[in-house]
Amino acid sequence: MTKVTVTVNGKSVSRDVEGRTLLSSFLRDGLGLTGTHIGCDTSQCGACVVHIDGLAVKACSVFAVDVAGSSVKTIEGMANADGSLGTIQQAFQDHHGLQCGFCTPGMVMSTAALLAENPKPTEAEVRHYLEGNICRCTGYHNIVKAVLAASGQDVPAVAAE
Amino acid sequence: MYNFDFVKPSNIPDAAKAMAADGAQALSGGQTLLPTMKQRLASPSVLVSLTGIPEMQGVCMADDGVSVGAATIHSKVAQEAAKLYPALAALAGGIGDPAVRNRGTLGGSLANNDPSACYPAAVLGSGATVHTNKRKIAADAYFKGLFSTALEDGEFITSVTFPVPQKAAYVKFDQPASRFALTAVFVAKYANGVRVAVTGASENGVFRWAEAEAALSANFSAAAIANLSASSKGMISDLHGTPAYRANLVKVLTGRAVSAAQ
Amino acid sequence: MPKDSGIGASSKRREDVRFLTGRGRYTADIQLHGQTYAAFARSPHAHARIVSIDTKAAEAMDGVLAVFTGADFAAVGGNPAGWLIQSRNGETMKEPKRPVLAHGKVRHVGDAYAAVIAETVEIARSAVEALDVVFEELPAIVDMAAAVADKTNRVHDEIADNVCFDWGWIEDNRAAVDAAFKSAPHVTSLKLINNRLVPNAMEPRASIGVYDPGTEDYKLYTTSQNPHLTRLLVAAFVMGIPEHKLNVIAPDVGGGFGSKIYHYGEEALVLAASRRIGRPVKWVADRSESFLTDAHGRDHVTTIELASDKQGNFLALRTETLANVGAYLSNFATVTPTFLHGTLMAGPYKTPLVYVNVKTVFTNTAPVDAYRGAGRPEATYSIERVVDKMCRELNLDPVEVRRKNFIQLDQFPYTTPVALVYDTGNYQATLDKLIDIGDFAGFEARRAKSAKAGKLRGLGLSTWIEACGIAPSALVGALGARVGLYDAATVRVNPTGNISVMVGAHSHGQGHETVFAQIVSSKLGIPEANIDIVHGDTSKIPFGMGSYGSRSLAVCGSAMDRALDKVIAKGKKIAAHMLEAAEGDIIFADGKFSVTGTDKAKTFGEIAFSAYVPHNYPLETLEPGLEETAFYDPANFTYPAGAYACEVEVDPDTGRVEIASFTCADDFGNVMNPMIVEGQVHGGVAQGIGQALLEGCTYDANGQLTSGSYMDYTMPRADDLPMYTVDHSCITPCTHNPLGVKGCGEAGAIGSPPAVVNAVIDALHRAGKNVTHIDMPLTPSRVWSAMNA
Repeated sequence: MTKVTVTVNGKSVSRDVEGRTLLSSFLRDGLGLTGTHIGCDTSQCGACVVHIDGLAVKACSVFAVDVAGSSVKTIEGMANADGSLGTIQQAFQDHHGLQCGFCTPGMVMSTAALLAENPKPTEAEVRHYLEGNICRCTGYHNIVKAVLAASGQDVPAVAAE
Repeated sequence: MYNFDFVKPSNIPDAAKAMAADGAQALSGGQTLLPTMKQRLASPSVLVSLTGIPEMQGVCMADDGVSVGAATIHSKVAQEAAKLYPALAALAGGIGDPAVRNRGTLGGSLANNDPSACYPAAVLGSGATVHTNKRKIAADAYFKGLFSTALEDGEFITSVTFPVPQKAAYVKFDQPASRFALTAVFVAKYANGVRVAVTGASENGVFRWAEAEAALSANFSAAAIANLSASSKGMISDLHGTPAYRANLVKVLTGRAVSAAQ
Repeated sequence: MPKDSGIGASSKRREDVRFLTGRGRYTADIQLHGQTYAAFARSPHAHARIVSIDTKAAEAMDGVLAVFTGADFAAVGGNPAGWLIQSRNGETMKEPKRPVLAHGKVRHVGDAYAAVIAETVEIARSAVEALDVVFEELPAIVDMAAAVADKTNRVHDEIADNVCFDWGWIEDNRAAVDAAFKSAPHVTSLKLINNRLVPNAMEPRASIGVYDPGTEDYKLYTTSQNPHLTRLLVAAFVMGIPEHKLNVIAPDVGGGFGSKIYHYGEEALVLAASRRIGRPVKWVADRSESFLTDAHGRDHVTTIELASDKQGNFLALRTETLANVGAYLSNFATVTPTFLHGTLMAGPYKTPLVYVNVKTVFTNTAPVDAYRGAGRPEATYSIERVVDKMCRELNLDPVEVRRKNFIQLDQFPYTTPVALVYDTGNYQATLDKLIDIGDFAGFEARRAKSAKAGKLRGLGLSTWIEACGIAPSALVGALGARVGLYDAATVRVNPTGNISVMVGAHSHGQGHETVFAQIVSSKLGIPEANIDIVHGDTSKIPFGMGSYGSRSLAVCGSAMDRALDKVIAKGKKIAAHMLEAAEGDIIFADGKFSVTGTDKAKTFGEIAFSAYVPHNYPLETLEPGLEETAFYDPANFTYPAGAYACEVEVDPDTGRVEIASFTCADDFGNVMNPMIVEGQVHGGVAQGIGQALLEGCTYDANGQLTSGSYMDYTMPRADDLPMYTVDHSCITPCTHNPLGVKGCGEAGAIGSPPAVVNAVIDALHRAGKNVTHIDMPLTPSRVWSAMNA
């Protein structure tokens, strides 16, 4: 066991972990932050995307010990300070960008990373950026709309281009 | 996953020492290694994380080309090599997906040498030099076939230098499920000739298409390869493509890469 | 003006808030005190005899609490098929036992033959590796035609030809159909494969079994689309647990698409294990297990023939299908290729004569069962492909051919030659709408533009119908169903006037918590915020059959509507008492009970409060309380229908197909929440495009799954798909349910695959390539190979 200290959603937390403990299980089992979901074994579905030091990564493919000292942000840290939905979250609700909700945390985290590096993406850029997040319910249409809306763009205009 | 000891050295000598241990395995971005370990298909007793070593990080201009630290993540190469070697940066920016690019590294990709990986095409196509903790290895001597390289036990890549070509482009045709290359071609035009490296197609991993190199060295245009055809012998056959289909892609993508490099 | 609440409004989904903030509670998220973990030993072979299993080493490992093998379940029951189908010769289908754990033989790669319970997942997995099992490998039976022809190799030793049943629909019509083919001016025939798919709900299956030794009660948390059905199967068929001692909870469920309708052995195992060790036992599938063991979908090999005159009038239709059921019969495996497929072979057309033959075949592959659309996509694909081929052969316009063969407006209700009665529909209207919103007129210009960019553009059409809202118990009972197919709802008005509605339907993405509340709100005139929809817990909800087959709203919604009628009727009684009026003079509108012709009224809240504070009730004639339950058993299926168009661009050099546009004009009957309906269509179309272009589940000749992860099974991603154009403004309300709704969940997956394939074939033909058919998925390699054959 190794003691690992990580800042999660702004709070410093320490836990004893094995070498093999994945960041995803550190969050889910260790901290009870079950919004980070596990949908595959091959690092592809993206349901577990979190941010490590501002970069979107798949928490199922990172060892907890390897991120000691880092700052991690999860879906639980995305709401506004007063608990209301953040801009991206609100856009997903407004545009029906989720159905069963399982891929949703990863989608929101990837969207946040996209908009941080590209504040006004085109429809094609949104689709390309989200290629690592699989959704089985929505057919992506409303996810793309939600992302465009969250970027402050006029959705019909951008989507029609 | 089987358990293991985890070490994260902060310099190359310490890493070399850790890698000398029995059952030691280098861990870089882990985007292939972790899924393999989760399936219990790999059971290292010691994992040596190579991402905490400053001199293995980043992109810079060196005497003999663009030098990329082995532990540099793809997204950083995409950014930092954009001006120095645009085709290399574009290739790095198209590996996997954004989250994978934020963990996966050049060294990890090359050490694994997946027959469908992108980076081997850039390394072979650029005639790059692979620097390890022990020596320098020319690209042509580095790739030894499927998941096989010139790396010896305890040896790990520290950086790669890419001679910068006059023109280059990488054109990848995605395997639609994995988003690895179903087939992809890296074309680079240097003063002393053209190199064409193909990944995703051959059962032996990345290879150079010699006929195309000769034709393109004489005339760097898509038309120059119009009468060539890649042989389907030894090409991969799987759910996503027949050998004949891959051979066709080799030619089509080579032509597109030449056009893109214009 | 769009409405902002109630029926017809695009109310935002209330469940989204918890999903968007990471507070959804899926089975894998549940941690119970003292929880232990199960891991399964799964067959590496497609077909083998289990010679011996030595569990000693595993049992001796630190942290191992119990080991189970098939022998532990030899005395309990099997997981049954829900429908008994009769063969053409009158024999009843073969129904081999499907045990909790394989015993004697393993029959597909991934078939579980043992399980270990341990303190941690990793210990359990290590103990599985420590099991010493000896297999005697047997030849794998993978190909259906070979399985039927092979009299020596048997998936189940007692079934000689590996055939479960040989079904004819309708057998009495066969001679007439054959005669029509003999004299037909033109016959189009097509052999096609409806590719096997893996449902791939993003949440892998998971189950937690909890046994309370104090009360002898069991609790099962599980990823289910229908907790009551699971309880019934576990209790009455498999484990013999008294039903009243088993509580099944399906909490938030991350998608189902059919795969979570069924009861699986893992659910029984965690219950048995919890009973043995006295602690909760949890199992969460990883994606590899899901690929190996979730019930797969489709997998038909069909020859379809269409007899017509030279003008394209359909005269008769005949099909022969081999349908794979895999190694064991999953719960709906026998109804999917029969009554959900054969009965739909008339499509939206007035083809006078139809005959369908289906042989279902056991193979050494994972069980195959209903997956979004279930039988109806297979029927639609066969019909719409052969119609398209006929148009090409006779050089006829595919739009006009469909028009002239449609069942016309004045023919409803229409009895098809395959025994369904379509209550209502207007197929011309949806086709007209499609041609308009899909801008068929502009196609040539778009094609020219594509050609300039070096791409081959094609347009494909599909006009489809389905039967959903499954269905009258009397009818399905006559056809072999072992359960009824009603649903139920309880409306509980609380003393302060807010409302809890307990429903038998289960929401795993469909948004029932929002839509059902909209209906209650409209009907009772109270705000949506004052209404809660409770689902997924057998200890709370009435006995309902759950959600699949686009049935939630049509069946459970109707039950809720009936229960609301009862609440209103009771409210009128209370109002009559309070207002000292005759019950017949009370009217209910806008949330108020009033005496007709007067200004005397009581609000809904006042009535509710009075119901629970009955200080002066005439108790002989008026009971306290305001809570009503209704069970609703529909009079018929519902028949949504629509017209879909797909435009593709094919890259001639690589064979890569890109969806340029996808347009849907649907008739779902009345629409409760347009936003949600559109979302359902988007998702269904994405799965249909996935089937047509990307997805294919494949086994090699040894029965090894060669598409067992997202590295090889192509899930549609955001950059594979377009924005869709969808319309549901053509409405013919269902004539037999109170809401006039039909169902929309499966439509997209049913109507879209033939539209895509027809579009690709069209593109190739326009480019001078004489390619008549390519089997799905139309991968670049397949398209390029067909073009260069």
